[in-house]
Amino acid sequence: MTKALAVYRKELRQISRDRRTLTTIIFVPAFFLLLYGYALNWDIRHITLAVQDRDGTPESRALVAAFVNSGYFDRVADVYAPAELNRLLDVDIARAALVIPEGFGRDITTGPAPQVQLLVNGDNANTATTVMGYAANIARGAGAALAPSDGMTAPLVSVEPRIWYNPELRSTLFLVPGLIAYILMITAVISTALSIVREKESGTMEQVRMAPIDTFSFIVGKSIPYFLISLASAALIILAAMALFGLPMRGNWLALFAAMSLFIAGALGTGLLISTAAETQQVAFQAAMLTSFLPTLMLSGFIFPISSMPHALQLITHVVPARYFLIALRGIVLKGTPLRLLWPQMLALSIYTLAMLTLASVRLAREKR
Amino acid sequence: MAVDTAGAAPTISVRDLTRRFGKFVAVDRVTFDVARGEIFGFLGSNGAGKSTTIRMLCGLLVPTSGTALVGGVDVTSDPEAVKRRIGYMSQRFSLYALLTVDQNIRFFGGVYGLVAAKLADRRRFVIEMAGLAGREHTLARDLAGGWRQRLALGCAILHEPAILFLDEPTGGVDPLSRRQFWRLIDALSHAGVTVLVTTHYLDEAERCHRVALIHAGRLAALGTPAETKQVFAGRPILEIRAGRPVEAMRLLDAQPEVEKTSLFGTAVHAVLRDTAVTPQAIGDRLRDAGIPLDGVTTVTPSLEDVFLDVIDRENARQGAR
Repeated sequence: MTKALAVYRKELRQISRDRRTLTTIIFVPAFFLLLYGYALNWDIRHITLAVQDRDGTPESRALVAAFVNSGYFDRVADVYAPAELNRLLDVDIARAALVIPEGFGRDITTGPAPQVQLLVNGDNANTATTVMGYAANIARGAGAALAPSDGMTAPLVSVEPRIWYNPELRSTLFLVPGLIAYILMITAVISTALSIVREKESGTMEQVRMAPIDTFSFIVGKSIPYFLISLASAALIILAAMALFGLPMRGNWLALFAAMSLFIAGALGTGLLISTAAETQQVAFQAAMLTSFLPTLMLSGFIFPISSMPHALQLITHVVPARYFLIALRGIVLKGTPLRLLWPQMLALSIYTLAMLTLASVRLAREKR
Repeated sequence: MAVDTAGAAPTISVRDLTRRFGKFVAVDRVTFDVARGEIFGFLGSNGAGKSTTIRMLCGLLVPTSGTALVGGVDVTSDPEAVKRRIGYMSQRFSLYALLTVDQNIRFFGGVYGLVAAKLADRRRFVIEMAGLAGREHTLARDLAGGWRQRLALGCAILHEPAILFLDEPTGGVDPLSRRQFWRLIDALSHAGVTVLVTTHYLDEAERCHRVALIHAGRLAALGTPAETKQVFAGRPILEIRAGRPVEAMRLLDAQPEVEKTSLFGTAVHAVLRDTAVTPQAIGDRLRDAGIPLDGVTTVTPSLEDVFLDVIDRENARQGAR
């Protein structure tokens, strides 16, 4: 145990002097959080809106006001000629245009129900769909407010959706857990793999192997610093996300740390396994990219929903640990799910961790033969 | 743990040690003994099997067959016990570049399981031995080659091993540091430490008590430097300093009395088959052929001559089979 401690101390000292590693571990996560947190944002706000109000009544102005006040639309132009409308959409000054026909004010009080036209730039299908949804909602709401409630018209059956856990549908809340998984994977896999392969390159690995220290003590001493740093880094990300993006922490912190520890252990195992195969840092880095970054980014449900992937890819996602970690993390953070309900995910993560550590130690033992 | 066995019993005892990698035989039935306090040189070209042998002796690699006792311990059955008895230093002076001198010493003391008091004692010894006083807090990467080399040696002997393995320990170090380093090796040897050293520098090999020449995995020669030179008994070596050495070599090769030639810097060494012909006669023939000569002298064979000769004979022997 004292030998593991010697390795642990040495590793901490090395990390604290190695600016590159330190930057990777501390600043890159924070940078990613800011970058993705602010940029990777699918919320649709401030959509530029051109308005062609051919009616010019208090009612039509009220409808426009409803659009602007919703916060989703920014009125950037008022136009009168249809050609001008086309131009604004063509040059992307406006992403949407609202056309209110003559007689809107009259029709809304007397009937028949008036129609307004919404032109949406469809170059981004996702955005367009969402914009249409918002616009329909606003129009319906405004229409109901403007129409005289004389009790003559029977109330229509209306669906009032209520969204739980993330009522404002802020994608940040959905993304931050994915970001945590991603960042933990980077720090844990890369730093473990590189730190061991670096020792192989510099020859210190051989020197240590000549010493009477068992593989277990060496691995434990070497990975604990990275384990602790990864855990601290994850905690920092969560605190920052709470402060900056209003991430709720509805679950139990202990459950959160349990899930994170298990995930990090698996990631350290992956890094270790890579380090047994790779002889240079470059190879180790590429192997880590292929086996951890990309799957965590693409196949975990972080950005692309697993349910909409082709069947073959969906099968692959079953061996991506981040897939299970994300469910657990989103559950704990966003829903306050207790750990006992997340046992399938925890079991999957345990199996992954065990498999990685077993494979790595088998390979390490075989190096002597 | 100072010295395990006093007296006659060899500290390293190798019998028919063999290591195969697939079909390739890296080390082929090597047998030798090293006595306590002896400096034993291990010579051979790259890939000859030196490092594979050392790795087996250090318990890092399991022999395919044969036995090796290091400090009385069988390397196959108890490699961990072997590791406690040996020190190892490689040509790369494997230190942690980002740790200070002091921290490197503490780390290696830690992995060798030294207790605090012992470590403090050994730390002082190493700092003094390596001449690193005042540099305790310098990063290892900022040390010049000679200091790094001596620090690496210090880290390798922190636990006072009875046996020290040095794998090309003087690569890339200036001559002055090399000399200093060998003085330390001599001192360790006097203190009873057995030293097994591999080297490319044949002048260093001359400083060994005994040398083993390994070629293509086989032990080709074994003995004191003087003993190994006996292969040249009755075969004088001429050193010819000529204006056009390559042309001179071609001419010499055509002489029936000349067994073989090789280039030594700007000079040519010619091995004669016997003592029947004088150096003067050889020189006259070269001069007659129009080659400007600076001198022809008989030289005592160096280990380099021995090394080349052994390799030639081994290759011839293997070619004949």
